[in-house]
Amino acid sequence: MKIDKKTIHNLAHLSRLRFDDSDAEKMEKDLNGILNWVEQLNEVDTDGVEPLSTMTWETNQMREDIVGEHLPREKGLKNAPQKDSNYFRVPKVKE
Amino acid sequence: MKKYTSFGEISDCLSKGEASCETIVNHYLDQIESQRDLNVFVEVYAEEALNRAKEMDQKIAKGQGGKLAGMVVGIKDVICHKDHGLQAASKILDGFQSQFNATVIDRLIAEDAIIIGRQNCDEFAMGSSNENSAFGPTKNAANPEHVPGGSSGASAVAVQANMCTVSLGSDTGGSVRQPAAFCGVIGLKPTYSRISRYGLIAYASSFDSIGVLSTTVEDNALMLEVIAGADDFDSTVSNEPVDNYVKGLGESKKYKIAYIQNTLDSSGIATDVKEATLSAIEKLKSKGHEVSPISFDLLDYILPTYYILTTAEASSNLSRYDGVKYGYRTPHAHNLEEMYKMTREEGFGKEVQRRIMLGTFVLSSGYYDAYYIKAQKVRRLIREKTQELLQQYDFLVMPTTPTAAFKFGEHSDDPIEMYLADLYTVQANVCGVPAISIPNGETTDGLPIGLQFMGAAFQEKKLYQIAKSFLDS
Repeated sequence: MKIDKKTIHNLAHLSRLRFDDSDAEKMEKDLNGILNWVEQLNEVDTDGVEPLSTMTWETNQMREDIVGEHLPREKGLKNAPQKDSNYFRVPKVKE
Repeated sequence: MKKYTSFGEISDCLSKGEASCETIVNHYLDQIESQRDLNVFVEVYAEEALNRAKEMDQKIAKGQGGKLAGMVVGIKDVICHKDHGLQAASKILDGFQSQFNATVIDRLIAEDAIIIGRQNCDEFAMGSSNENSAFGPTKNAANPEHVPGGSSGASAVAVQANMCTVSLGSDTGGSVRQPAAFCGVIGLKPTYSRISRYGLIAYASSFDSIGVLSTTVEDNALMLEVIAGADDFDSTVSNEPVDNYVKGLGESKKYKIAYIQNTLDSSGIATDVKEATLSAIEKLKSKGHEVSPISFDLLDYILPTYYILTTAEASSNLSRYDGVKYGYRTPHAHNLEEMYKMTREEGFGKEVQRRIMLGTFVLSSGYYDAYYIKAQKVRRLIREKTQELLQQYDFLVMPTTPTAAFKFGEHSDDPIEMYLADLYTVQANVCGVPAISIPNGETTDGLPIGLQFMGAAFQEKKLYQIAKSFLDS
């Protein structure tokens, strides 16, 4: 088993997710199943192959660095669950 | 009664004065209303669409109508439409309103299309059945006990069930073509970077494409012509000139076509899908195309490559949903970390959580090389091999899906079984090349079957030509 209960809790923390015991168990089973399946890739010889990391067909297109129209603050804040006049509000970070 | 199933029919009625945009919008609104049980639209903009229709009628009367004047469009719930709701069918975006238009929306509005509403889908476009939606599943109009496919399932049903002329969906691994096949409509995924992704909610950025669903090849081609092309707001979009896709559609040319023998020998392919594909191959031959079997030994590795890379990209893209800036926030948290975790636990559905977890795993220290980098290497091999084939042949032809639409709940217990529904569609996304799904008959139970053509990068025009010539004969 690649993924055990401890790994699930560690991954959940990194993903900023939480699972109760029964969900964690299901997740462990699903992820191990998927990993066993994707490991077929080890059958492919990739010696000397460069990883493919970008899919665009063209090189970067630069544009002029000029001031354009941006989202005004009120609009940026409009969808916030909690805000004041200038900022997003979140629960206390420090005691 | 007129059904306005295509923009061709609409234009004809408008020019003869037999209909107005208002009557057309009213027709679709009736269709939406009388088929509410299919659960297609998350939100219908009835009043707004009617007002815009009246405006368009005036414009048309003055001879000032744009290229899409009279076309009624539905939008998958993943594309930003200013001052309208947008949720990616997820609870985590509860109450979200777009603050700007996606580039595609700007372009179709500029050409006078009428947007009638936003459509249900799998949450964050992750799914092959439309069952993963905070709004509940959408049903296939051919048989409501069957799924419409996914993730753009409702966008396909809207076209199938005559609720709009054209839908815009998104396709990361088959999410336009697979539902198109399940619902008996036409679905195009263009070349990666052909259409700006600005304003498209990101799932896996190196795979995502906006795509078009329609009843006719002409409508599909016209829509692509309008929405494709360079855009200052997407640094990855292509600057290749956009073809005139509609012009010359009817030209009949003789093509060299290949089919991958192992796609038809697979144990997972249903008999009627296999037979329909074989008769399509015979039909192509009888029309003078050269069709030959080939083998593709990387076939089995395409889906695993896709799942490693897309989940990795998704885990990163979906980190922005944290309950701070927009959407849902848990009411139960006492500190910041708890707020992040509980918001995401309560806001994301199970499949989305599974993909975030898998993506986090393959990117995590100690596993990154073995999974993520390995998959990027295999992706290069798959792309090179596919490109080689597409230099030798004009198209690869194959069934769009291994089976017709399955029943609700049929693949819900095992995620891998569900993933196999995308067996034939993911190749185009892994390689960034365009592909189209067109109707190819029905099963004995009356469920639609799809046929897929895949072409070389930026060869959408050729794809439309072969699709039209196949459907017209």
